[in-house]
Amino acid sequence: MSGTFLQGVNQALADAMREDQSVYVLGEDVAVGGPYGATKGLAEEFGENRVINTPISEGTVVGLAIGAALQGLRPVVEIMFVDFITLAMDQLVNHAAKLRYMSGGQLKVPLTIRTACGVSGAWGAHHSQSLEAWLAHVPGLKVVMPSTAADAEGLLRAAIRDDNPVVFVEHRALYYQAGGEPPDTPELGKARVRRAGRDVTVIATGRMVGLALEAAGELAKDGVEAEVIDPRTLQPLDVPALAESVRKTNRAVVVHEAVVPGGIGAEIAAQLQAVAFDYLDAPIERVGAPFAPVPAGPSLEAAYLPDAAAIVGAAKRTLTRG
Amino acid sequence: MVRLASLDSAAASSLLRTMLLIRAFEEKVSEMYAKVEIAGLLHLSIGQEAVAAAISSLLRKDDAMYSGHRAHGHALAKGADPARLLAEIAGRADGYCGGKGGSMHLSAPEVSFMTATGVVGGTIPLALGSALAFKERGQGNVAVVFFGDGAMNSGSFSESLNIASLWKLPVVFICENNGYAEFTPISAHTLVERASEHAALFRIPSETVDGNDLMAVLDAATPAVSRARAGEGPSLVECLTYRLRGHYEGDPNKYRELSEMAEWKAKDPIQRFTALGLVPPEQVSGIEAEVRSVVERAADFARSSPRPSDAASQVYA
Repeated sequence: MSGTFLQGVNQALADAMREDQSVYVLGEDVAVGGPYGATKGLAEEFGENRVINTPISEGTVVGLAIGAALQGLRPVVEIMFVDFITLAMDQLVNHAAKLRYMSGGQLKVPLTIRTACGVSGAWGAHHSQSLEAWLAHVPGLKVVMPSTAADAEGLLRAAIRDDNPVVFVEHRALYYQAGGEPPDTPELGKARVRRAGRDVTVIATGRMVGLALEAAGELAKDGVEAEVIDPRTLQPLDVPALAESVRKTNRAVVVHEAVVPGGIGAEIAAQLQAVAFDYLDAPIERVGAPFAPVPAGPSLEAAYLPDAAAIVGAAKRTLTRG
Repeated sequence: MVRLASLDSAAASSLLRTMLLIRAFEEKVSEMYAKVEIAGLLHLSIGQEAVAAAISSLLRKDDAMYSGHRAHGHALAKGADPARLLAEIAGRADGYCGGKGGSMHLSAPEVSFMTATGVVGGTIPLALGSALAFKERGQGNVAVVFFGDGAMNSGSFSESLNIASLWKLPVVFICENNGYAEFTPISAHTLVERASEHAALFRIPSETVDGNDLMAVLDAATPAVSRARAGEGPSLVECLTYRLRGHYEGDPNKYRELSEMAEWKAKDPIQRFTALGLVPPEQVSGIEAEVRSVVERAADFARSSPRPSDAASQVYA
């Protein structure tokens, strides 16, 4: 495919709805295409019975989708911003994630939640967060963070087919990006090497993948070949693929847009040192936002966001040590 | 009293048996807890049995039922196997959920008792989801959700009433208003003391009835279930009742007057139903003996079931 990230999402939804009559889309404004057009054309093709506009009641809508999933439907709920997933955390954490386990395997919850994350356009603290680490901490949930248009399409199809609750986190700044590598056959839980290299492994998520590739270009000018890996799924995490790279490069930098403390980078670093400690020549570096809410003003926003220079700096620190 | 005439003796016996089974089962749960054969946080519905029995009698096996933390009676009334239910409450491997759910998270999907929850009001939205699926399937199924007066002040409740009404979902909301949210009387939590007042705001047909009068519950719930089956949307039935035990087993009950408890004991739903004379006295004692033996066998089954240790399995499908 050669379309944008958003077109990939739209295509995946349409294909899933054509393939499986039990796929339903619910969310605020989804029947009119949603704020970005992710659900454009779906109501026209599949009808408003299957593409359902909901009131602004995130918690109840997610709970309703859980019940529908228990009853045999395969709902896809759009939570417009991950910031608002806070309103649905009770249903997501206490029911969606746990019903399989609490029922001793009797129930399944084939539910997908699509949600937009990340800083873009000076929208401030309530429309810009990166909360994926919270979600990845909950047993029973799967968490996907695509970084390319092709993965947006392929991984969303995989998420909808999955019999577990999956939170599909889309970075807003990627919505109108096209290109990227041709699709492989994406499956949940598989990382992908975005650039091969031998000197340092840069593990980056979501929008940070592009920045990591930019940083790798900079590093190459100094003769440093960075290997950039995109985990794509944060829960489950493809630790073997990440460790394989680290065993080759002996150095690692983990990059995410979320604040550094308690971020998914902490988990990745802990998992890597557990399986590849003897291969590491330097402490694993983490790059992310400072421990502060997302500011609104453009200059503050620029100061807040990790950039390619920060990734280059972190990579060099791993190289000048030991 | 048209309604009495409409209840034949087989139906009356069946309703009485459901109430007596719940009573015997929960007395056994209480006894096993006292003997440390059962651990955990247990919420019994002794005194509230008429609601579970009446509502369940109107449902098909494939109609979905959801409940809250006081759920044993609802699951039994829906037809769950008492032995597997008791084994679950005791945390044993042969329980419905292999011991992973326990008293507050029972699930018996084989009889469409979907799930209970430890979060007050938490399953109300889930019932809407089953109702949405039923509406799309078009086979006249209904979803029923039980919750207490404490759930009336949750956002889930109001949001769910709004959506159910807007989308005309085939769901019946059953509020078991037992006057106390944990240890606090309803008057300390809200000026809107009736679930039916909430329903009226969202234009949902509702009725508040004496929940210890099985016939009154049946009278209100019958048209409610029929409306849902006919595609005419949701209804709410509020059953005023009282738990004769504490909020949880071991609750010292200091927040209620003894006189109040005695007054409600005199309104025991089982005695009131028996007094109607729809079931001959010799048959009543026969049913009592039969359910006691069912419960004894369930207790033996639970006690002899293995204690599981697979704590990290079945997290994902």
